[in-house]
Amino acid sequence: MLRLAPDVYNQMVGHCYDGLPDEACGLLAGTVSTTSAKAMVCYPATNVDASSRTYTVDPKDMLRADRDAESRGLTIIAVFHSHTHTPAYPSPTDVAQAPDPAWHYVLVSLEGDAPVVRSYRIVDGNIGEEPVVLEGN
Amino acid sequence: MPVDVRLPTILRPLAGGQAQVKANGGTIGQVFEDLVKQFPGLADRLTTEDGALHKFVNVYVNDDDVRYLDKLDTKVGDDDVVSILPAVAGG
Repeated sequence: MLRLAPDVYNQMVGHCYDGLPDEACGLLAGTVSTTSAKAMVCYPATNVDASSRTYTVDPKDMLRADRDAESRGLTIIAVFHSHTHTPAYPSPTDVAQAPDPAWHYVLVSLEGDAPVVRSYRIVDGNIGEEPVVLEGN
Repeated sequence: MPVDVRLPTILRPLAGGQAQVKANGGTIGQVFEDLVKQFPGLADRLTTEDGALHKFVNVYVNDDDVRYLDKLDTKVGDDDVVSILPAVAGG
């Protein structure tokens, strides 16, 4: 289960809309327990691909996020990106390039009138969806 | 003098669970060779079979991405911190 602070949710979805017409991306930092993860800080990142079909998190943004998270006693637990015209489900490219089975892969679909946020674990190429819960900051 | 190398969470189990380790070398390539000597499990995680930097990692000397410096030939000194982080991409 991925728990999102409302501020994190709003910042993440806002960044995805700001990125249109390209895909937007970013990282989430927080804490993990045996049953769930809680995202407490959102780090919007530059999509250096500047593409509506692919994304690459700017390596400088990755470094900054990792350092800031560490200084807060948190770790990077998730990466998010938008799908501008397709559902919130990992693409074959997403699965092939998922770097860390411990991470949560958050998809924000902007294809409809309202954003759809879903989260997945990707382990050895297998996709498993998990609940996303909004809870207090 | 060894340099400090910060490892991403995904590589820590291959280095005895450590977040930061020390390695010797005057270049990133030499530091990686020493890391692999200490932690053989890192062998195919940092460089490819033909000896290039693996595309799934980003490597920084302090704040600078070594892809924009001299890649594996990038020099490192006593006070430098080498950070290895996942390269995050998808579609």
